[in-house]
Amino acid sequence: MISYAITFAFVCLSLALALNLWRLLKGPTAGDRIVALDTMVINAIAVIIVIGMLTVNDTYYEAALLLAMVGFVGTVAYCKFLLRGDIVE
Amino acid sequence: MSGLGILFDVIISVLIVIGASFALIGSWGMVRLPTLMERLHGPTKATTLGLGGMLVGSMLYFMLGEGQWALHELLISLFLFITAPISANMIAKVHLHELRTQGDDAVAGPAGRPAAPSDKANWATYEAPHADSVAATSES
Repeated sequence: MISYAITFAFVCLSLALALNLWRLLKGPTAGDRIVALDTMVINAIAVIIVIGMLTVNDTYYEAALLLAMVGFVGTVAYCKFLLRGDIVE
Repeated sequence: MSGLGILFDVIISVLIVIGASFALIGSWGMVRLPTLMERLHGPTKATTLGLGGMLVGSMLYFMLGEGQWALHELLISLFLFITAPISANMIAKVHLHELRTQGDDAVAGPAGRPAAPSDKANWATYEAPHADSVAATSES
C-alpha cells in the first residue's frame, strides 16, 4: 500500500513542480517569480523525502535539510536585493 | 517491511497521500489566484502543511518500518514552519515596494493599496528610515 502512496506522491509533486515552473516563467512581477522559486524548493524537498522512503535510505534526510536552509537563504536574498538594492549592507 | 502492521501501513500511506495532495493544492492555488498577495496563501500554508504531513509520514515509516530512531525528520518541519512566515513577510514587503515604486502600473490585491504611512514613519522598503524616526538605528 505504501508503494501506491509513494507513486501517488510522485505524480502530485511532479504536477506541482510543473505548475510552479509555469508561474516562474509567466510572472508577471518579480514577487511572483520569488514565490514560484520558494514553492519549487519546498516541493523539491518533498520529492527528496519521498525518494528517501522509496529507497529506504536515511541519508536523503541530510540533502533535504540542506536544501531547506539554502532555499530560505535564497528567498531572503532575492527579497533583500529587490527591497534595498543590496544583499549585505 | 518486517514487523509493520496493516494499521501502521494505512496511517503512513494516508499521511503521504494527504501531504502530496496539499502540496499540489498549494501549487495550484499559486497558479490560479489573480494577484501576488493572494498567491502567497497557497505556498505558505498549504504546501508547508503538505510537506509537514509527508515528513511525519517519513518519520513513522523509518521508526515503525525500519526500527530506526528517526525523530530528526522533525527538524526539517520545525525549520520550515519557522522560515515560511519570514519568507512570506519578505515577499509581501517586495509587493508593497513594487506598489510604491511602479505607481499605477502595479496590480494591487483585493484589499487595495495600503494607506500611506505617517510623516514620522515609513514602510520598511527601499527608502532609508527618516533620521528622527524610531526606525532609524544608525547615522545615514
